[in-house]
Amino acid sequence: MIELEELTKRYADSVAVDRLSLRVAAGEVLVLLGGSGCGKTTTLKMINRLIEPTSGRVRLDGRDTAEIEPHSLRRGIGYAFQAVGLFPHMSVAGNIGVTPQLLGWPDARVRERVDALLELVELEPAGFRERLPHQLSGGQQQRVGLARALAAEPRVLLLDEPFGALDPLTRDRLQQSFQAIRSRLGLTAVFVTHDMVEALLLGDRIAVMRDGALVQVGTPEQLLREPAGDYVADLMATPRRQAEVMERYLEGGGR
Amino acid sequence: MSEQLALLPGYGIAHLRLTLVALAVGAALSVPAGIWVTRRKSLEPGILGVASVIQTIPSLALLAIMVPALGALGALTASWFGVSLRSIGYVPAVIALTLYSVLPILRNTVTGIEGVDPALVEAARGVGMTPGQRLARVELPLALPVIVAGVRTAAVWVVGTATLSTPVGATSLGNFIFSGLQTRNTTAVLVGCVAAAALALALDQTIRLLEVGARRRSRGLLAAAGAVLLLLYGVTAASVAFERLGGGERSLRIGAKAFTEQYILAELMAQQVARGTGRPTEIVSSLGSTVAFDALRSGDLDVYVDYSGTIWATIMKRGGSFVDRDTVLAEVSRFLSREHGIRVLGSLGFENTYALGMRADRAESLGLRRIGDLPRVAERLEIGGDYEFFQRAEWKALVEAYGLAFRAERSMDPALMYQAVATGDVDVISAFSTDGRIAAYDIVLLQDERGVIPPYDAILLVGPRIAEAEPGVAAALESLVGALDAGTMQRLNLAVDRDGRAPADVARGFLDAGRAPE
Ligand SMILES: Nc1ncnc2c1ncn2[C@@H]1O[C@H](COP(=O)(O)OP(=O)(O)OP(=O)(O)O)[C@@H](O)[C@H]1O
Ligand SMILES: [Mg+2]
Repeated sequence: MIELEELTKRYADSVAVDRLSLRVAAGEVLVLLGGSGCGKTTTLKMINRLIEPTSGRVRLDGRDTAEIEPHSLRRGIGYAFQAVGLFPHMSVAGNIGVTPQLLGWPDARVRERVDALLELVELEPAGFRERLPHQLSGGQQQRVGLARALAAEPRVLLLDEPFGALDPLTRDRLQQSFQAIRSRLGLTAVFVTHDMVEALLLGDRIAVMRDGALVQVGTPEQLLREPAGDYVADLMATPRRQAEVMERYLEGGGR
Repeated sequence: MSEQLALLPGYGIAHLRLTLVALAVGAALSVPAGIWVTRRKSLEPGILGVASVIQTIPSLALLAIMVPALGALGALTASWFGVSLRSIGYVPAVIALTLYSVLPILRNTVTGIEGVDPALVEAARGVGMTPGQRLARVELPLALPVIVAGVRTAAVWVVGTATLSTPVGATSLGNFIFSGLQTRNTTAVLVGCVAAAALALALDQTIRLLEVGARRRSRGLLAAAGAVLLLLYGVTAASVAFERLGGGERSLRIGAKAFTEQYILAELMAQQVARGTGRPTEIVSSLGSTVAFDALRSGDLDVYVDYSGTIWATIMKRGGSFVDRDTVLAEVSRFLSREHGIRVLGSLGFENTYALGMRADRAESLGLRRIGDLPRVAERLEIGGDYEFFQRAEWKALVEAYGLAFRAERSMDPALMYQAVATGDVDVISAFSTDGRIAAYDIVLLQDERGVIPPYDAILLVGPRIAEAEPGVAAALESLVGALDAGTMQRLNLAVDRDGRAPADVARGFLDAGRAPE
C-alpha cells in the first residue's frame, strides 16, 4: 500500500507538485493522468526518493519512506523511466539483471529471470541477451526498460509511460501481458500515461492531475459518469470522440 | 654513432623507469582525487587550481626545486626516524614528473565523470545502487575513455619532461642531449631526441589503443594494449630487480657538472679508481652546480671536482680582493672538512677561473686590456654569461669594484657563449679560463687588475662516507693531484669541443700516455 500525504515539490520559482494526497491499495494499479508538465514524473520520483519532497510524506505499507535507506527502498520498487535510461556499457542481460545482482541473487537464477522477462516483453532471448542498448530500436529499448523494472520481483512498480514508443499492436500485446502478470503477482503499481484508452484499460482507478494538483481520483466509471469539472469531462470525452470517428468510417461516411 | 647506441638501452630503460613510475603514481593519485572532487563540488576550483599552478611551473625548475625540498625533508626524516632521503637522482625526478602528470589525468577524470548523462546517473540510483556501486558500475566505466585520454596526454608530457631530469642526477635519455650539447656531439643530441620522440609516440599509441578499446568496449583491443603496457612495466621491474641482485657493492658515484671539463674530469676519476681499486663506478653527469655540492654533502655523490673560488664565494660567502691562492685553498679545505666532513685531496694543478673575455680584434680596436678599461665603453656593449653567472657573488663584486654597467646582460648556455662572442652577438662573455675555445676562437681575457675574482683551483672533493670508510679510493685519486696544468686541461677540453672526441676517450688517452694530445 502506498500513501501520499500532502506531497509537495517546490522549485525556485514554480510548484511541480502541490499538496498531493493519494492512496494506492495493495494489488491496485493507479493511473496518473494529466497534460505535459503537470507533475506526474515528479510524483513518481518522490515515491522512491529519486526526488526528495519539499514537504509531505510517502508511506509504504505504513512505513515512512524517509526512514528507509534510499538504495534498499529502491531495490524493492521497480521503476521504468520515461527516458528509459539503459546503461549503454551493459548488455541487455546486464541491464535487466542489475537489481537482482545488487540483491545478491545467484548467477543462474539471474540468468533464468532475464530470459523469462525477455520472453515476457516479446524479445527473443537468444537474439537479444547479449546485445548492447545502442543495437536496439526505441521500442525494444523501452521493453528492456520494463523488464529491468520487473526483474527483482518487486511488490511495487512505478511506470512512467512504459509503452510510449511502441507500435499499436505490440503495445496492445504488452498491455495484455502486463494485465496478466500484475493480477498473477498481485502488483501494486502507479502507472503514468498520456493515453486515455490505456488509462481506462489498465487502471483500477485513475488520478487526474493538473498544474501539480490532484483534480479528481476515482474508478473509470466514476470519472466517466461524474467528472469533476470541464477538464476531466473533456479528457474523458477523447476516447469517445475517437470512437465516433471510427464508427463513421465503418459506416462509409468518411469525415 | 655506435658508441652512442651502446648507451641507448641503459638510458632508455632509465627513462622508462622514470616515466612509467611517474605515470602510475600520478594516475593512482589523480583518479581518486578527481573522483573526490566530483563528490565535493566546492573543492573543485581549489584542487584544479593547484594542479594548474603546478603545471605552469617550468618543468626544469620543478625538477630543480625537488632537490633542496627533498634535502630539507630528508633532514627532518633523518632526525625523526633515522632514515634519510636521497635528494638527487631518481627520487626527486620521479616526484617532479608525478606532479607534472597530475593535471591532465585529474582534469579528465573530473570531465569524464561529470560528462556522464544525468539520466543514467538517475537510472543507477533508481535500480538501487549505492553511491559506491554507482561510481564503480556506471560512472567510472562510462568516464573511462576520457580518463585514459588524460593519461595519454600525461604520458607524452612526462616522456618529454623526463629528458630534463638529467641535471638533478637522474639518468634519462636527457643524458644524450645535455652532454651532447655541451660537448658539441650532434650525434648524441640526435640519438637522445629521436629516442625520446619514439618512446613518446609508442606510449601514446599504446594508450590510444587502450582508449579506443575502452570506448568501443572491445576486449581484444584492451587486452592487446594492456599486454604492451604490462611488458613495458615488466621490463622496467626486471631491470630494477636485476640491478638489485647483480649489484652487490654499490658503485662509487662520481659527479660532473654540465660542462666539458667536468665530463672529462669525471671520466679521469672513474678510470683512475677502476685502475687503482677495481671498484665499480657510476658517473652522474650534467648536474646543476649547487646540486653537485648538496649531493656530495648528503652522500648521494662520492667524489667530484669543484673550484676553490666557487666554494669560497658561493658556499662560504667570502669576498675581498687579491686573496692568495694558497690561502683560499687552505681555508676552503679547512671549512669543508670541519663543516661537512668533506675531504679535499688537493688541487689538480690548474685554475679554471671566471674571466671576462672578448674577441681579440674587438678588444684591440676598443683599446681594452684590463677590466678597468671597460666602464668607459660598457654602456655600448652587451655581456653574455652562463646561467648562474649574473647571480653569483663574483659578478656582484666585479660590478661594484669596477662600476660596470653594460647595455644588456644575456644568460646563455656555456656551450653557446664562445660562439656568441666570436660571431659578435655579444661583446663580452664570462669565460672559463681553461676552455679550449678561448684559443680556438681567438678570445682574449681582460686582466682583473683589482683582484676581485678569487682563485679557482680545481680541487678534488671526497664525500664524508668514502673519506672515512674507503681510503683506497682517495689513494687512487691522489695520483691526479697536481697532474694537470692549465695548458693540459685546455688541450683536453679542445679535443672534445673542437675535435668531437668522447670525454671517456680523451681521459683514457691522457691516463695511458700521461699527457694531453697536442
Ligand atoms: N529540476 C527542476 N527544476 C525546476 N523545475 C522542474 C524541475 N523538474 C521538473 N520541473 C518542472 O516541474 C513540472 C513538472 O514536471 P514533470 O516532469 O513532473 O512533468 P510530467 O507531468 O512528467 O510531464 P510529461 O508528461 O511531459 O513527462 C514541470 O513544469 C517542469 O518544468
Ligand atoms: Mg514525465
